[in-house]
Amino acid sequence: MLEALGLECVRGQRRLFRGITFGLAAGQMLWVLGPNGSGKTTLLRLLCGLLRPESGHVRWKGEDVRGSPDSLHADLLYLGHAPAVKDDLSSRENLCFGLAQTGIGVTPREADAVLGEFGLAGREMVPIRALSQGQKRRAALSRLALGAAKALWILDEPFTALDAQAVQLVQAHLARQLSRGGCVVFTSHHEVELAGHAVTRLQLAQ
Amino acid sequence: MTALGLAPVFAAVIRRDLTLALRRRSDVLTTFFFFVIVVSLFPLGVGTQSSMLRSIAPGVVWVAALLASMLALVRLFASDFDDGTLEQLALSPQPLVLLVVAKVFAHWLVSGLPLVLVAPLLGLQFDLPAGALGIMMLTLLVGTPCLSLIGAIGAALTLGVRGAGGLLALLVLPLYVPVLIFGAGAVSAAVAGMPVSGHLSVLGACLLIALVLGPWASAAAVRIAIE
Amino acid sequence: MRLNVWKYASPPAFYRLAGNLAPWFLGLAAALAATGLYIGFFVAPTDFQQGESYRIIFIHVPAAWMSMFIYAVMAFWCAMGVVLNTRLSFMMALALAPTGAMFTFIALWSGALWGKPTWGTWWVWDARLTSELILLFLYIGFLSLHAAIDDTRRADRAAALLALVGVINVPIIYFSVKWWSTLHQGASVSLTRAPTMAATMLVGMLIMSLAAWMYAIGVSLLRARTIMLERESDAEWVRELSAERR
Repeated sequence: MLEALGLECVRGQRRLFRGITFGLAAGQMLWVLGPNGSGKTTLLRLLCGLLRPESGHVRWKGEDVRGSPDSLHADLLYLGHAPAVKDDLSSRENLCFGLAQTGIGVTPREADAVLGEFGLAGREMVPIRALSQGQKRRAALSRLALGAAKALWILDEPFTALDAQAVQLVQAHLARQLSRGGCVVFTSHHEVELAGHAVTRLQLAQ
Repeated sequence: MTALGLAPVFAAVIRRDLTLALRRRSDVLTTFFFFVIVVSLFPLGVGTQSSMLRSIAPGVVWVAALLASMLALVRLFASDFDDGTLEQLALSPQPLVLLVVAKVFAHWLVSGLPLVLVAPLLGLQFDLPAGALGIMMLTLLVGTPCLSLIGAIGAALTLGVRGAGGLLALLVLPLYVPVLIFGAGAVSAAVAGMPVSGHLSVLGACLLIALVLGPWASAAAVRIAIE
Repeated sequence: MRLNVWKYASPPAFYRLAGNLAPWFLGLAAALAATGLYIGFFVAPTDFQQGESYRIIFIHVPAAWMSMFIYAVMAFWCAMGVVLNTRLSFMMALALAPTGAMFTFIALWSGALWGKPTWGTWWVWDARLTSELILLFLYIGFLSLHAAIDDTRRADRAAALLALVGVINVPIIYFSVKWWSTLHQGASVSLTRAPTMAATMLVGMLIMSLAAWMYAIGVSLLRARTIMLERESDAEWVRELSAERR
């Protein structure tokens, strides 16, 4: 479903990587590895269509992403480095709006249920700025629970700053996504193992 | 869970930006009071002779509106850029151009519309006749959205750049000149008792051009900034 | 043998070509300028209305024309860069900008020098001078935006977008300023109403314009070479070049 052909990327004066080629079928997971500065985040943003590669193509369901980004965006859930939540809004408001942008409408009740699952029960109405770092990250990740309609998940360091319980929760959602036939591309410094699902690795050399 | 089309997403963007603006009321009020103070300073600087005040009023109010509008522009995309929500907006299946229109509209409601409403009161300080006050409101009503639409381009181009505020002024003020000329010109004509329809139609044309080309350029600038 | 123009889109080839052509353009510019100035200051007759002071027109008008022409060319290269995604196009635009700004500045100064003896004021709010002032701000904005953004590629594309927005606005700004100045000045004070042109005056102005054009090309080619060296300093061909020099 997701194909990358000969991707090359230049940032500033450096060539970060060249000749990246891979294919991801339904139900497959890709783990992008590499030392800091090797271009993992850049590659993920390239796959989303936020950046244009120096050369090479990205194809989603056979269509080139550059020509028609909208079809990719309709199926994409992207969680980047930045938590992408507004400090002045509550977790519930952030969740509802974050999903609305991607085309998924949720009721406040559905949102609260998910936030409860992510350990924010009773704090759904609190502005993000009043939450701890860990709670903030969990509020940002809660989108995963309602992202069933999105066939492609691209997650940049989803496991950072999470405790063991939260890590399990995220992994459970990833497994569910794969079982549904969706794809996941992610970066992580921790070893990730999902029962019943193989992980393809992509190593970005320095 | 439901699938959302363009209209609900458009409305959601407006609602979100308005909610954020209301929770940060101080930012909004600062722009408003800046406008009021700047206009009120002029008589202190140039004297209070009625006929002179009447002749400089259109220009003074309009320039103050320009400056206040620019102060407010910095807020349009900057906080979204910093916390990562802007790139999420760019990843929406809905066209970024239209979401930018939504953001600019919400921004105008909060920073432009109050200026339109308070301008007649300020016009009274300058001894403007009632007819001219009405024209002043009308020109600001048509002109301030223009300023927001054009200014959004500059705001997007200077995202995350050092000295963004000053640079934004340098980039955007020259582009404001036609709106200033016809907006202030209309009010001056009204004060002199001359017809204003010509000025107003040009101002309307400026708004149409800004509405068609502005968001497109702003969206392109946003994409360049989040690369 | 077909001339392959595209090969000059590669920096090293362009570098060599620019280096060879630039001296010719500059030499031509010097010759034309000498001719033009001679005609302007010695051959052209004294004006009936304005006396000798009108001669500044031989500097003012070509500078004004060039300032607008260069902006258009700069915007063209920006458009090329955006559409074709070639690095060289952006470098050309960046190389042209300072020269364009310089001509705008000259146009403003020469306009002021003309205004003083003719109407007694150093600054005249007529359509052309005011538009030139705004054009100067547009040039400075372009250069400032480019300088303020650290990432070269983003700087190129942001400045290109600004230039394209500007080029659409320049006619709008010009016409609105023109309309405004007729309202406020009346027809008497106008730099656009030049003295009725004797043939020699026109020839002089055209020669000066051509000189300015040749100068702009020559200087921009040299500047583009410098920009190229700065940006491609890691590339093979640059290292070979600096090794040659030693």
